[in-house]
Amino acid sequence: MSDVVISVRDLTKRFGDFTAVDRISFDVHRGEIFGFLGANGAGKTTAMRMLCGLSYPTSGSGTVAGYDVRTESEQIKRHIGYMSQRFSLYNDLTVWENIRLFAGIYGLSKTQTEERATELLDRLNFSSERNTLVCSLPLGWKQKLSFAISTIHRPEVVFLDEPTGGVDPVTRRQFWEMIYEAADGGTTIFVTTHYMDEAEYCSRVSIMVDGEVRALDTPARLKQQFAAESMDEVFRTLARGAQRGE
Amino acid sequence: MRAFIVLVQKEFLQIRRNSFLPRLIIAFPILVMLLMPLIMTMDVRQVNVAVVDLDRSTTSRRIASHISASEYLTLAQTTAEYPFAMEALEQGQVDVIVQIPADFERDMTVATPERISITANAVNATKGGMGMQYVVQTIAHTLSELRGEKSPAKLSGLVTIENRYNPTLNYRYYMIPALMIILFILICGFLPALSIVGEKENGTIEQINVTPISRFMFILSKLVPYWLIGFFVVTVAMLVARLVYGLTPVGSIGAIYFGALLFILTISGFSLTIANFSETMQQTMFVMFFFIMIFMLMSGLLTPIDSMPMWAQRFTLILPPRYFVEVLRSVYLKGTTIVELWTNYAALGVFALIFNILAALTYKKQA
Repeated sequence: MSDVVISVRDLTKRFGDFTAVDRISFDVHRGEIFGFLGANGAGKTTAMRMLCGLSYPTSGSGTVAGYDVRTESEQIKRHIGYMSQRFSLYNDLTVWENIRLFAGIYGLSKTQTEERATELLDRLNFSSERNTLVCSLPLGWKQKLSFAISTIHRPEVVFLDEPTGGVDPVTRRQFWEMIYEAADGGTTIFVTTHYMDEAEYCSRVSIMVDGEVRALDTPARLKQQFAAESMDEVFRTLARGAQRGE
Repeated sequence: MRAFIVLVQKEFLQIRRNSFLPRLIIAFPILVMLLMPLIMTMDVRQVNVAVVDLDRSTTSRRIASHISASEYLTLAQTTAEYPFAMEALEQGQVDVIVQIPADFERDMTVATPERISITANAVNATKGGMGMQYVVQTIAHTLSELRGEKSPAKLSGLVTIENRYNPTLNYRYYMIPALMIILFILICGFLPALSIVGEKENGTIEQINVTPISRFMFILSKLVPYWLIGFFVVTVAMLVARLVYGLTPVGSIGAIYFGALLFILTISGFSLTIANFSETMQQTMFVMFFFIMIFMLMSGLLTPIDSMPMWAQRFTLILPPRYFVEVLRSVYLKGTTIVELWTNYAALGVFALIFNILAALTYKKQA
């Protein structure tokens, strides 16, 4: 667990006068499920986008999978998976066509693609939906598919931006089982969520308020530190001090 | 390479799945090529002429009958009162008034007669101008015929006229190349831009940006399908021009395809550059329309560049369609070769390079 996969020092992103992310620093270890919490507008998505090489940091430094977020963003992209807040598979393609597309983009050969697609569809019990257009799947299924596709190239780290927003409790549970499976396989999970029960599932949790990381520890120790019964209470204690509104 | 193949495959699948695009791509060129040449004509027909006959002679009646026999002119009325004819002109029933002065026939044989006066409604400058010319020609013809009957030397045999390259002065032959260019601009210009902006709106572009795919490869995968579609469009357009209007290029087909290739590259690269700067469909459409207006009206597609003011003529040098319309018209009507037109091909090549490099450079994976 000592192997550091993500390392961030004083990472900052400013849009004009507005500091979206303010000098955040933390390390994430291999195989960890790292919960990245914060109220709406706290800067979670911006921070995540910098780590994924979608957004260029204003200052500070960071490495993901051993590559610099400033200078080696394209190398980072080979080693990570990303699932955004918005569903972003191609709605007008079928399940199989989406798998083939993203597998191909990451350079998997035809036979590898076929193998992994079969394995993935089996795992999700999706084999019958292979030729279904993605737009006609229910949201929960879409999200599971989206996660499975974001890990099709066996990345070192997967970034999940509110993956379970709007998903029913049963599917949410299945989703977290998939996350655990991936983490057991050695994939590092970096996940943002608004569900505090999900925060309890994480190995460690950081809480962002107004662009800064205000707390970072295991859920158990955080509860102890804030003398709280649940993560929900911890979160509310911290978020109450927020200056930024919704 | 595998990445590129799956990306191009994805573009084709998306075009095919679209309920509207495949039909548009097939029906649009056919419809435009079938209908527009009939409509986009500057030939003036149906010019209504009023003859104010104050002479009431054989000559004046002959003039009137020649006018009514002309393919382009219609004899709307003959009257003895100029004010009646003027009223008809004001009401738009008549385009040109011909007034034949009293004693015209008699004076013609003795001395210099009073002049025939012609008045044209020039609100529609083209119709007025052309109508006037037709009337003058017809009258001149009638008069020379009359003279010819009296003297042995035939005046009409003294002038020969030949229109090189478009012998029948058919306006369609001039418009068909322009229509092909308009098709390219609309299909290969709009569709790639809309496809990129569509991905921005759906958020799928972010999923692509977070993969290691290079921006050149992604842009290229957007372009390849539209190049192929462009070739389809030029083929359909040439077929319709041939089958329906009997217009075949005098020059080589290769020269047309080569020009089309460069022009499609240019216009699709241009379109992607616009898309990179747009966030929404509306924005893209609006900006594209702005440029398309300029392309259509200033590139010599519809009006000759030589008659534009000097500053405008200089400005056309930076408009890619200008070079391609010259290529199409010269190859189609004159049979000019690639070698003779090399400056046009070179200009298109440079534009293609500039716009495609610009499209790749302005595409940002990291903001």
